[in-house]
Amino acid sequence: MNRSHRVGLPALAAVAALAMVVSACSSGSSGSGSKSTSGALTASAPGITATTITIGSHQPLTGVAAPGYDEIAPASNAYFDYVNAHGGIYGRKIVYKYLGDKYDPTSTVSVVKQLVLQDNVYAIFDGLGTPTHLAVAPFLNSEKVPDVFVASGCECWNSPSTWPETFGWQLDYVREGKILGTYIKQHFAGQKIGYFYQDDEFGKDGVKGLDDEIPQADVVSRQSYDPTNINVGPQVAALKASGAKVVVSFTVPAFTALLRLNSLKLGFSPTLVVSDVGSDPITLAGLLEAYAKQGGATVSGNQLTQGIITDGYMPTLGDTSNSWVALFKKIHDKYLPKLPFDGNVAFGEAVAYTFVQAMLKAGKNPARADLVKAIESGLPQGPAVAPYAYSASDHAGMTGAFIGVIKNGVIVKEGPVQVTNTSATGAVQSYTGTQPTAPSSGMP
Amino acid sequence: MTEFRELTLGGISVGMIYAAIALSLVLIWRATRILNYAQGGMAMFTTYIALLVINHTGSYWAGFAVALASGLVLGGVIERLVIRPAENKPPLNAIIITIGLLVFLEGLAGILYGGQFRSFPAAFSITGLHVGSAALGVSANDVFVAVAVLAAALLLAAGFRYTSAGLQLRASAFSPPVARLLGVRVGRMLTLGWALAGLIGALAGVLVSPSTFLYPNSMDSIFVLGFTAAVIGGLDSPAGAVAGGLILGVALSYVGGYLGSDLVPLFGLAALAVVLMVRPSGLFSPAATRQV
Amino acid sequence: MTLVRHVATAAVLAVLLVIISSTVSPFRDYQMAEVACYVVAVAGLTVLVGLSGQISLGNGAFMAIGAYAAALLLLHLHWPLAVVLVAALAVAAAGGAVVGVAAARLRGPYLAGATLILAVALPSLALRYGLLGGDQGLTVVINSPGFLGPSFSLTRWQAWLTCGCALITLVLLANLARSRVGRSWRAARDDEVAAALAGLNVARLRVLAFVVSAACAGLAGALLAVTTSIVSPGAFTVTLSIGLLTAAVLGGLGTLPGAVWGSLVLVLVPTYVTDVASSHGLSSSVGSNIPVAAYGVVLVVVMLTFPDGIQGGVHRLSRPLASRLPAWPGAPRRRPPGPQFRAPASEHQEEGSL
Repeated sequence: MNRSHRVGLPALAAVAALAMVVSACSSGSSGSGSKSTSGALTASAPGITATTITIGSHQPLTGVAAPGYDEIAPASNAYFDYVNAHGGIYGRKIVYKYLGDKYDPTSTVSVVKQLVLQDNVYAIFDGLGTPTHLAVAPFLNSEKVPDVFVASGCECWNSPSTWPETFGWQLDYVREGKILGTYIKQHFAGQKIGYFYQDDEFGKDGVKGLDDEIPQADVVSRQSYDPTNINVGPQVAALKASGAKVVVSFTVPAFTALLRLNSLKLGFSPTLVVSDVGSDPITLAGLLEAYAKQGGATVSGNQLTQGIITDGYMPTLGDTSNSWVALFKKIHDKYLPKLPFDGNVAFGEAVAYTFVQAMLKAGKNPARADLVKAIESGLPQGPAVAPYAYSASDHAGMTGAFIGVIKNGVIVKEGPVQVTNTSATGAVQSYTGTQPTAPSSGMP
Repeated sequence: MTEFRELTLGGISVGMIYAAIALSLVLIWRATRILNYAQGGMAMFTTYIALLVINHTGSYWAGFAVALASGLVLGGVIERLVIRPAENKPPLNAIIITIGLLVFLEGLAGILYGGQFRSFPAAFSITGLHVGSAALGVSANDVFVAVAVLAAALLLAAGFRYTSAGLQLRASAFSPPVARLLGVRVGRMLTLGWALAGLIGALAGVLVSPSTFLYPNSMDSIFVLGFTAAVIGGLDSPAGAVAGGLILGVALSYVGGYLGSDLVPLFGLAALAVVLMVRPSGLFSPAATRQV
Repeated sequence: MTLVRHVATAAVLAVLLVIISSTVSPFRDYQMAEVACYVVAVAGLTVLVGLSGQISLGNGAFMAIGAYAAALLLLHLHWPLAVVLVAALAVAAAGGAVVGVAAARLRGPYLAGATLILAVALPSLALRYGLLGGDQGLTVVINSPGFLGPSFSLTRWQAWLTCGCALITLVLLANLARSRVGRSWRAARDDEVAAALAGLNVARLRVLAFVVSAACAGLAGALLAVTTSIVSPGAFTVTLSIGLLTAAVLGGLGTLPGAVWGSLVLVLVPTYVTDVASSHGLSSSVGSNIPVAAYGVVLVVVMLTFPDGIQGGVHRLSRPLASRLPAWPGAPRRRPPGPQFRAPASEHQEEGSL
């Protein structure tokens, strides 16, 4: 069992000298998570040795959910390699063990139990997927393993009373729906709106947020799709028949592209508003490039994405003057030359950066509880465009995003960052703070 | 009315893809009495090869031809190396072998080409065709898909009925010992059957990949629906394969458009159940002649 | 006599399993529980496919029925676990009866196609009705029973529970296979017409086989729900159904020890190959796909070298011993068990008509 001692500041100075002597002789027993910043590195928790910190994750590396998402963990690993090459976390190297679960919750349970019970990882980091992670969140919480920065926008990760070890990171889908909905309400008032969404919690939570803002009378069609069925022609025909002038889509990039392609076939050209994950211009361009190259075809990749309205919770990758984009690109170019520098890679690096921030705050010989406390004490805003909500009573991550429009293959920001909460009545407000610049060393 | 027309035409174009997969399954069934669970995987693999050629040479038709040729070769090689040794063994073994083959091909594609979505070009324009200012709901490429699959089906049917090789193929499946006695090189016929199935599967792959994007598991759900179409039409009949594909494509299109996409798999099941209740061997198969 | 022998074997195995599960780590306990769940499902399937000759590519759907039934009963009605397991089994058996009746006239690949689309369609029902939890599924939490003491490890209890159910299932199925029903199944499988002439009600036998295999799958689904603590559509994809069939054939179709071998392969081989691949530090997409490709190769090679499955291979190797023991049920005979795909020449007048 880990016990952490909270030493009051006045007393700290007095015992610091004593601690230096004591820890120099200590034999590194597991259990004491003192916040002393001096002394040798000890094995202060499972997964932590004097030289390494081992963390685990479950990711869809193969199977139908793999395309795109299988870039995230290597990108995080690339950032960890960079940190390890520049001194590590207080001198310890991060070992990131991510296992594939084929997006099947039964496999997720298997691999996470292996990571926790057999490999004794310090924490589970960036577990990907809502149905998959829901399968393991109760287990991780009952075993008191920190379950940090889940890669899913479900609001369910924000339950400090039932799941004290679990923390979200990315902007959740309800907030995103509210931010997009507010923009639509302001700019397309009275026009016919159609929804196109993935029929799982990603799409449904997004729609919930949209419905909080968009008047019901304006919504003329709600079409969902199953990601295993690529034929979305019928849904697009239904959207067209409803007369929708604006289509809001909570889709993954493949289905944003399919929406566009099918619309082209039917001669349907609404204004398209797409949520962050489905609008990455680089991924979309990759999906549509074949049509751009086709001789004799009358479409081009950029033409198909031109004018798409979207939101972003991290700086757009086209903004090369942004210090975060420059940092992530530098790391990508060095460690991941074979992968395209797209939204998934930036996501992986950004969440890894946040983890390093939290670990540095957790102290030199942290117990598992120290990581949880470090996040709950609040993390400084990093690559996100809006502040984090982390506190002892709130385990949600980012709180806002900006609205942007895709012009010539790049997202161009329009207006200030909007922040909100997840309640139906919570207002969507502009955020007036500025994003901090990335540290020049690349380490938090 | 517009929506109905769009749904019908859309359903036909996607139904033709199911028909192509169904055709290759029918071919293998008629020739070797095996259910080839790897059919979609083979199509995916040959489409990757086509993509390599297209990216290298810039010519779509070169890639198209290479896809068909490699489908032919892949089918024949698989039959010789992996299916033939299982010939006299329990019949389910062959199915498990094709399942193993599917898993292997998907893993190999992931290793060689990575798991990313790849964009695959269409043969012709994908913009909707117009009559005056009204969009028809179908593109030039859709017309090409329909024509290509129909041509393949007709050639296949004609081949089975009118050529000597077709007769030998059918004889080898019906009764290998008797066929051997009559001088048919049964082994060669089995290989030919698989090779042709590989060719048609490869055709299906290049025709559908513009709409599904190419990745190792891209043909999985198409395969399931193609199999369903083959069963609806009757596994012994190429015409049945095409009919089954069209029926399934159009029916599911109406369901998706008017009732909601979450009902599509259930309606697929319902369609199959209805057909098989009435005709347990599919719509176009000859009925079993012995009842006791 | 048969019953006594079966029960005695099961008792010995039970003691062995208790000893093993008490000494290994919690993770191995979890793996034992996983394997045991699959043994229950694969055993039911091997009876359906091997003894009764009906191919099913959709037993994953019956597992889903059992799992959801168990989850709903535990969450909303709070019934005791034993009652819940029996109820889940019964609900799935009812589903099996419906499918069996609907599929009574289907043979070979037509039955395969129908059960395949069943496997795809049934889990999608969960997305439609909020009661079933949608895409996120339902969470199921059980505790180890009071009589074992408050600090008894939950994973060990899960291992005991699932292994116990697996042994009971195997004993019941072994008895069934040796009984008149089992003989009738084999007769109908080998020659339907002759069996009908001999007075067997072939249609009823076929439905019964579906009911038995669906009941086993339902129990396995309920056990899996209780072991993994979650029931969601993503856990019951077509891959699961195909995996069950693969395990049944790989292990040795129609044999109950085969169900055990197949389940062991299904659970342990992919993990083992992943460990080997990741220890070599290959690039991500190469490294994560090597286990996939390797598993495919394993399937093909095993089927080619051991056409009667692993149990057949074990049987061959232990033949000198076997000749001194009475024959096991389901031992490989001259005619390989399984659905008859190749139509005997006398049936089906094929005109080759279009």
